Amino acid sequence: MLEIKHLTVAIEGKKILHDINLTIRTGETHALFGPNGSGKTTLLMAIMGFPKYQVIKGSIIFKGKDITRLPLDERAHLGIGMSFQRPPVVRGVKTRDLVAACLRGRETEESIEQLAERADLADFMDREINYGFSGGEIKRSELMQVLAQKPELTLLDEPESGVDLVNIALIGELINKLLDKGCHIRARKCMGLIITHTGHILDYVNARTGYVMVEGRISCGGDPHEILATIRAKGYEECIKCMMENVPSE
Amino acid sequence: MSEIKSPKTHKDRAKAAIAKSAALGDDIDLSVYAGSAEEHPYQTDPSKLPTRDKEQMLETGVILDDTSQRSGTFIQMDNTPVHSSIRQEGIEVMATSQAVEKYDWMSDYWWQAVAVDTDKYTANIELNQNNGYFIRALPGYKTVFPVQACLYLTKARLAQNVHNIIIAEENSELHIITGCTTASGEEPGLHLGVSEFYIKRGARVTFTMIHSWNPEVAVRPRTAAIVEENGLFLSNYVLMKPVRSLQMYPVARCIGENAVVRFNSILVATPGSSLDVGSRVLLNAKGARTEIISRAITTGGNIIARGCIEGNAPDVKGHLECRGLILQGEGMIHAIPELKGTLAGIDLSHEAAVGKIAEEEVEYLMARGLNRTEATATIIRGFLRVDIEGLPPLLSTELQRAIEASEEELM
Repeated sequence: MLEIKHLTVAIEGKKILHDINLTIRTGETHALFGPNGSGKTTLLMAIMGFPKYQVIKGSIIFKGKDITRLPLDERAHLGIGMSFQRPPVVRGVKTRDLVAACLRGRETEESIEQLAERADLADFMDREINYGFSGGEIKRSELMQVLAQKPELTLLDEPESGVDLVNIALIGELINKLLDKGCHIRARKCMGLIITHTGHILDYVNARTGYVMVEGRISCGGDPHEILATIRAKGYEECIKCMMENVPSE
Repeated sequence: MSEIKSPKTHKDRAKAAIAKSAALGDDIDLSVYAGSAEEHPYQTDPSKLPTRDKEQMLETGVILDDTSQRSGTFIQMDNTPVHSSIRQEGIEVMATSQAVEKYDWMSDYWWQAVAVDTDKYTANIELNQNNGYFIRALPGYKTVFPVQACLYLTKARLAQNVHNIIIAEENSELHIITGCTTASGEEPGLHLGVSEFYIKRGARVTFTMIHSWNPEVAVRPRTAAIVEENGLFLSNYVLMKPVRSLQMYPVARCIGENAVVRFNSILVATPGSSLDVGSRVLLNAKGARTEIISRAITTGGNIIARGCIEGNAPDVKGHLECRGLILQGEGMIHAIPELKGTLAGIDLSHEAAVGKIAEEEVEYLMARGLNRTEATATIIRGFLRVDIEGLPPLLSTELQRAIEASEEELM
């Protein structure tokens, strides 16, 4: 289980997230909506533990352990993985080598070749990480790496952005594999938190709960498809208005 | 040892240039180095050389215990050629003094690619030359395995003056791995080496040079290649160990149509090391192409990484890539890429970047479970990895092994 309690996060002293509360139980997938710049990526980066994202209040509890101050790599070892929206290019490092590093010390039923095949990246394994990759190739590469990590909690930052309609089904398939969607929810051990701007990915991946984040606050939560329908009908202006009426004074 | 009889004009020009400082690099006072050393005994079987020396040479890719994967071997200790042998028909390997005795046409190649009066170092080599290697592939012959050569410095304060001639006759293929190193980890020394490459029509030469000196050695190689029509010259240079001062700026001239030249350099400057290393290619014939790639890392030393491509003929193409990584605060990398075009229709480009390891990349790898040290090592290893097109797999593996062996010290 992931529990986020009263989390306030700042970047270079500027508060971006305010008093976030969120719980994802084992086997659940949640979706996070919100306009650009609302703080969605900041939340994922803070959960993953990137040092630039400073937790100034609150806590992050994962599998019963307070990981608020735990370094990035230790969170990865504990079972948190992340698919980045815009990962960096790492020149000279082959994709194959990073996938091998992700597999290190982990029992897996899939070899590097099988993972590459699954992500339709067999021809990309000897290429430098993300160098010259298209949007869809980057997303598939991200998911392949996270699959190799076998995390219990996967943070997915806009997995469908820049992906064409042909590839989005494959992206959905990879996420479903990652989140153990083939299993019944009671037997499922994996959790997911998906940021989606357009909501397209929800046509392929089921999410139990959705939230809207506006200006660093979670303004509401509920059925993700209902939320999405409202956003599509009325835009985020309605969410901003709603939040402004309910924002607590600090 | 036979003396190479150069035409008088070479001697005269050398005498006139003996005080001429080099255009680049710190000036080396030649008077503090000895010009001669005791002769070393000739070894018919190179595996009988002292173990310590063999181990040192092995660091630079020169294998002496089992030469079955070499087409030929040449070893020079100080000023003495101590071994030369061939294992393949159509390949010649010998000391330059022997080649001069054997072939009266050697003057056609002697100082024809490098000017004898380039600077005081070339002049010194002409006036005090102590052999070097002659490697030649006869027309149409192709080396199965590389030829290996080692220039080994054992005597303290010696100036080793070598003059190497490499000839790939028409449609031949020659792969060479050379190691230049020193027996001592601390004694001062000077290595002066002229290497002249002649790559005839349709010939291919790959030349992989690994240097492993010590913090008191100064090195001034002077190298030039002449590449004829459809010829290929591929040069790889690796220096990852300390050196006091190294300056070199090899030049390749493409004089035949569709000639191809590639230079790859991997340089590491440790504290106290001063490197001024570049590669220059003159695309003087239609359709000639080149690629110059350098990777420079400083852990405290200074590196000037140069590169220059000149396009002087129609339809030529060249790309220069120069990347530098500063691992510690005290080091300096100065990248100087230059492009010069003298007519329309040429295609020259360059990219240069100098910086530290990007924190974003380190953290990205950490999010995959690597700790900070592993992430940094992975990035450095990747930085030093240059996939070299045209290098035979055996040499590629050996080159990678040599780089990896030094990486550990770097990290």
